[in-house]
Amino acid sequence: MDIGGINPVILVASLMVAAVPIMLAALGELVVEKSGVLNLGVEGMMIVGAICGFMAAVGTGSPVLGFLAGAVGGAALSLIFAFLTQVVLANQVATGLALTMFGLGLSSLMGQGYNGIKPPLTGKVPFGPLSDIPVVGPILFNHDWMVYASIALVAAVWWVLRSTRLGLIVRAVGESHDAAHALGYKVNRIRLACIAFGGAMAGLGGAYVSLVRVPQWVDGITAGAGWIALAIVVFASWRPWRVLIGAYLFGGITVLQLNLQAAGSAIPVEYLSMSPYLVTIIVLVIMSSGKGRASLNAPAALGQNFHAAR
Amino acid sequence: MLRLEKRPNPSKFWLYATPVVAVVMTMIVGGMLFAFMGKNPVEVIRTIFWDPMFGEFAFYLRGQLLVKAGPLILIAIGLSLGFRAGIWNIGAEGQYIMGAICGAAVGLAVYPTESRLIYPAMVIAGALGGWAWGMIPAILKTRFNTNEILVSLMLVYVAQTILAKASTGFLKNPEGMGFPGSRNFSSYPAAANPELVAGTGIHWGVVAAFAVAIVGWVLLSRHIIGFQIKLSGQAPRAARFHGVNPSRLVVLCMGISGALAGLAGLFEVTGPAGQITIDFNVGYGFTAIIVAFLGRLNPIGIVFAGILMALTYVGGEMAATNLGLPAAAIQVFQGMLLFFLLGVDVLTNFRIRTAILGVK
Repeated sequence: MDIGGINPVILVASLMVAAVPIMLAALGELVVEKSGVLNLGVEGMMIVGAICGFMAAVGTGSPVLGFLAGAVGGAALSLIFAFLTQVVLANQVATGLALTMFGLGLSSLMGQGYNGIKPPLTGKVPFGPLSDIPVVGPILFNHDWMVYASIALVAAVWWVLRSTRLGLIVRAVGESHDAAHALGYKVNRIRLACIAFGGAMAGLGGAYVSLVRVPQWVDGITAGAGWIALAIVVFASWRPWRVLIGAYLFGGITVLQLNLQAAGSAIPVEYLSMSPYLVTIIVLVIMSSGKGRASLNAPAALGQNFHAAR
Repeated sequence: MLRLEKRPNPSKFWLYATPVVAVVMTMIVGGMLFAFMGKNPVEVIRTIFWDPMFGEFAFYLRGQLLVKAGPLILIAIGLSLGFRAGIWNIGAEGQYIMGAICGAAVGLAVYPTESRLIYPAMVIAGALGGWAWGMIPAILKTRFNTNEILVSLMLVYVAQTILAKASTGFLKNPEGMGFPGSRNFSSYPAAANPELVAGTGIHWGVVAAFAVAIVGWVLLSRHIIGFQIKLSGQAPRAARFHGVNPSRLVVLCMGISGALAGLAGLFEVTGPAGQITIDFNVGYGFTAIIVAFLGRLNPIGIVFAGILMALTYVGGEMAATNLGLPAAAIQVFQGMLLFFLLGVDVLTNFRIRTAILGVK
């Protein structure tokens, strides 16, 4: 049952894969923003994670080590941002932009000589006969383990933020750093940890791009996925489960336009490939206007640096 | 234990000293990076920062400096107005592309007519193209409260796909034997932006950059709009009481920076680049963000910062051909410069004190 040359089951199955990088990066950024920090360097951390993961996976032959290296690479890069914004109190917007520009350059410097190599295959989770069930099988039981891990991470972040002491502290720091400081919490250290977590998640998402989604290394491989992740956090109004919905929505659009290109649609390729970015803008407009304004749910101290005067 | 103490007023000395310190630190750490890559750091730094000015081929490279500095200065001055007011237009690259496409389209539409009016018309179209592209995030921001950072950035990707369509489709050279890219403006005098004084690299874009720097300085230091921009950035609440209309300021700042980026794109595509191609843009719109900060968001400072950043481009190309330094290393170097600048800036607003034991 194909619609316009596109099989809906395959479409849904592949959008779940396409959504993983932006979901992971957006989830990390959600935690960062919940702690009151706006890190615009997601794109930079993602692409550094992509090349670190790729190098490690090619070097060791193990995709697991690749993902680990991606997370470490992203977290390491985010520590530069953490130092500049939390220790020497630099402007978060400017530092985030610097992080993206630096990351793009660093990744292309590191990636020299890695073009045209195939990374080791990330295996699918063996579900046995379950994956042979029509429709449900390919959608639910025929993916690599990172797809399931990303959903589990959404659940974990949701649970930690909602019902643990740790989540409460993170939210307190993001809503009112002065109150959190008065209660004796080390605001900047907590934020630093959140930034590192965000970096690790972005790096993990980046590694997924270079190891599974594409899978090879080319300069600028993330192609704005980090920025879309930032937009998804706004779309999700800082709620973890909505990050999942947002990521699937954008994954769906990306996959759909690629399939339309392949199916030889009447719409020119260029206009199809700009659609994910246009949809991002439209979604941002819808989410930020009107009564259900997403910004009402934004952490109150978002983007403000904290300096303990006493 | 070191502790930061907020200065009552930003330090005047460090305000001007930080860019210098940041450049020196970038040279040191960048040199370490080059050494790690197996290059002689002293030689690389000399090739980048000294040779284009005073080296063997300086007579040619000095001109190249202005060619690269022109668009950077034009874009950065526009961006600096917004950055001062807390309006973050980071999509200058997209506005640059759209300015180039719109301006070039006007010129190509009347090809091969010869008239003195063609180039001015193209300049206006270029500015309008960039302005219109900058207006999209501005109006979405004022009308729907949408984040201008994300929208302006998304529009860069959209502009790039339009550029791809322009160079392979609607602006493609009909006599180009199937190659992508528009007609070359160097063979169409009425629409070309040639070197005005041979060997100096000065074209209309460079002239415009210096003119805009002066106008920008007057605007910021002598005009009420400049005052409102600075006030909104430093004390948004006070600005509200003063009667500054935030929406008007957003439209104004995004419009000016969009128009200037569009102009830069038009001058580039009719001059040094010569034609619309799929990759005629080389990221000036993003590098200009570094230039704006390096110049302390001050038009005169931006002129110097633009020339310095042009030095890294020209010298970087030299280092690439002579010493085999990868082009990406220069990008890392530029990013590092912004890091150091933002980091050292702590000295402008804070004093570093050593905490006395026992007293917190």
